Amino acid sequence: MRRGLKISLVTVTGAALTLSASACGGKKADTGSGDGDGKKTLKIGLAFDIGGRGDQSFNDSAAAGLDKAKKDLDVKTEEISAKPDEPDSDKESRLRLLANKGYNPIIGVGFAYTASLIKVAKDFPNTKFLVVDADQCKVEGANVKGACFSEEQGSFLVGAAAALKSKTGTIGFIGGVNVPLIHKFEAGYAAGAKKAKPGIKVLPAKYLTQPPNFDGFKNPALGNEAAKGQLDAGADVIYHAAGGAGIGVIKTVGEAKKWAIGVDSDQYNQPAVAGAKEFILTSMIKHVDLAVYDFVESVANGSFQAGTKKYDLSNDGVGYSVSGGKVDDIKSKLDAFKADIVSGKITVPTK
Amino acid sequence: MSGPNDPAAGRPGPPGDGDAPKADAPKPEAPETEAPEKREAAGPEASKPGTPAGPEPVPAWKAILQGLGPRGLALKIGAPVLALLISLAITMILLRATGADPVSSIQSMIDYGTTQNSVVDIVNRATRYYLSAVAVAIGFRMALLNIGVDGQYRLAAMLAASLGGALTLPAPFGQLLVIFAAMLIGGLWAAIAGVLKVTRGVSEVLSTIMLNAIATGLIAYLLNDERLAEVRPGSNNVATPRIPSEGRVGPLNGFLSSLGIDLPGQVYGLLPLAIVVGIVFWVVINHTRFGFDLKVSGLSPTAAQASGVSARRMVVVTMIASGAVAGLIGMPELLGASYEYSLNFPAGLGFTGITVALLGRNHPFGIALAALLFAFLDQTSDVLQEVDVPKEIVGVMQGVVVLTVVIVYELVRRWEIRLQQRTVADELATGHDLARETPAGSAS
Repeated sequence: MRRGLKISLVTVTGAALTLSASACGGKKADTGSGDGDGKKTLKIGLAFDIGGRGDQSFNDSAAAGLDKAKKDLDVKTEEISAKPDEPDSDKESRLRLLANKGYNPIIGVGFAYTASLIKVAKDFPNTKFLVVDADQCKVEGANVKGACFSEEQGSFLVGAAAALKSKTGTIGFIGGVNVPLIHKFEAGYAAGAKKAKPGIKVLPAKYLTQPPNFDGFKNPALGNEAAKGQLDAGADVIYHAAGGAGIGVIKTVGEAKKWAIGVDSDQYNQPAVAGAKEFILTSMIKHVDLAVYDFVESVANGSFQAGTKKYDLSNDGVGYSVSGGKVDDIKSKLDAFKADIVSGKITVPTK
Repeated sequence: MSGPNDPAAGRPGPPGDGDAPKADAPKPEAPETEAPEKREAAGPEASKPGTPAGPEPVPAWKAILQGLGPRGLALKIGAPVLALLISLAITMILLRATGADPVSSIQSMIDYGTTQNSVVDIVNRATRYYLSAVAVAIGFRMALLNIGVDGQYRLAAMLAASLGGALTLPAPFGQLLVIFAAMLIGGLWAAIAGVLKVTRGVSEVLSTIMLNAIATGLIAYLLNDERLAEVRPGSNNVATPRIPSEGRVGPLNGFLSSLGIDLPGQVYGLLPLAIVVGIVFWVVINHTRFGFDLKVSGLSPTAAQASGVSARRMVVVTMIASGAVAGLIGMPELLGASYEYSLNFPAGLGFTGITVALLGRNHPFGIALAALLFAFLDQTSDVLQEVDVPKEIVGVMQGVVVLTVVIVYELVRRWEIRLQQRTVADELATGHDLARETPAGSAS
């Protein structure tokens, strides 16, 4: 009895540790060569959202912006990733750690950083801060910049593409975690599909996990299963907004020789899904890299401005990819929709 | 196990044992002189040479060790310290293996962990871990594995947060209502598993894990702006309405600065609640009939049953108590920092609690130390990335600590048992105590 209890205790603890450790896939941060002679080198501190570098999605896009900055500008970088189940105070201390170590500018990736970043920025008035996906697109403080994205607009266009390319008249959507951010993707997608082809059937959105379980952004096996379900329900185009789990979606859909739609970056060129690239219709691109690079550049050349910047179709902050030429035949229609959205003729719903 | 049986078995045959004491009588002093050396030498091996040498009276040092027995202070402090030293050594090796400099890595963790901001964060984090671990430990004491602490506290925090956000009551009542509601909800959610166990025989491990999943789904359903959450246009977050300022618990900093401790961050105002919970836990377990019933039921359900303890009632009551404490886990954060339940609310504390309770050996004081240690490790994991060590190493460290502690304790326990058995065997062989007592008893 006692031994049985002990063994199960150890097992349970092991499981608990695995649960808490499995979520973080951080990578060793690499510091720039830093051969900055004479000119003052910028030291950029970047705090990732859950998942960190290597999530094939949102964080990777931010990392791409950082890498570009490192290549083009004379900067050093430091990256710290988040834990999956942390309260705001952890984000705060992470930003404070970077600020105390003299990093300037500092970037927080993910809406969850908004409140803590504004708080820390007050204590470090000489450090410039950027929060990607600023919550409610609002920031405060003379040294804080917020970047926000109209994901629904980009999703509208890929939704229209899905409807136009569908032969069965049924399309699907797979979201990573059931959170408002992903609802924006879903709403834009459905609206775009219905606008392009009023009779289209959009299957009920499938969310892989419920918060606080963020596996839905990481676990490709979940994407696999969900994609099978939607294929069985007759969908022949499936859009995923599921980060790393979306790799499973793309692979499964590719095996079934149907269309998949990628998200965040141009997934046609991503090595992780190279085997299924011919079945990637297009990708909804969210230029987090652009936001990061713009910010670093503005700090480097002294043109920093506080406040928020909205990245949408009008400034190509979001959009769709054409790699592989799968949407060439409908490009004119998609561009017409894009013009209508930019001019305000079409208002895309966000939920 | 064999301890109580052996004397009983030995009694019927006094003639065989009777001769032994005479043979030994002349040399009782000899082992005494060896004793100090043996005490210093590594335990199990040191006592070995003594036994084959044949029957001998109980040496004083053994008696001392035995007198203190499993509750020996030296063992109590020595075992965890030994375990920590071993795990530190293993961690150093691991750090070395990943290509980092172990000394400077640990140095930077300590440097960062002792800054004032970090101290506040560590104390706050330890408060959460502590409450969670106590909730788990209540079940452990009765051999009930409440894996569902995670779901219990999240559901309790979510519902209590929406209650607190909906009501505006004068100062102490709002807070008390929220805390009471959280305990009630946590207790009720845990009670489901308890009732299932006693009525349908469902293992509480399975039912609580499933109740975690159900709680997650329920929270996701309720935390929607058409239901309990607040409408916030354009927000990527969903949250319950904020608790009004009358219903919050201010930080402890005012009190601390009156003691001469000035800290930059905000220490949870409900930190004393965790201390009270710890004290109540200790008193109830050690000094009440209920605590005794609970421990007995855990050690031997049949013995408890035989002595008139209703095992079924104990299961349900223990689960409710565990769940009620689980309900408190989210309270310091809810009433003292976030004032709302949102997507950013700390999750997964229930699982950390299992580890911390195990490390703290289900003892209120041990858990406090374990909670502080884990809080320190978690807090300083960020700084490791700054010195180019992957932060995952902290998870490995925590695992190593727990495993080492479990293994070291198990070894110490076995060693103790072996020691006891040998002592008893020696006594029987020499007939030392029993032989002397039995004739005396029968004579009078």
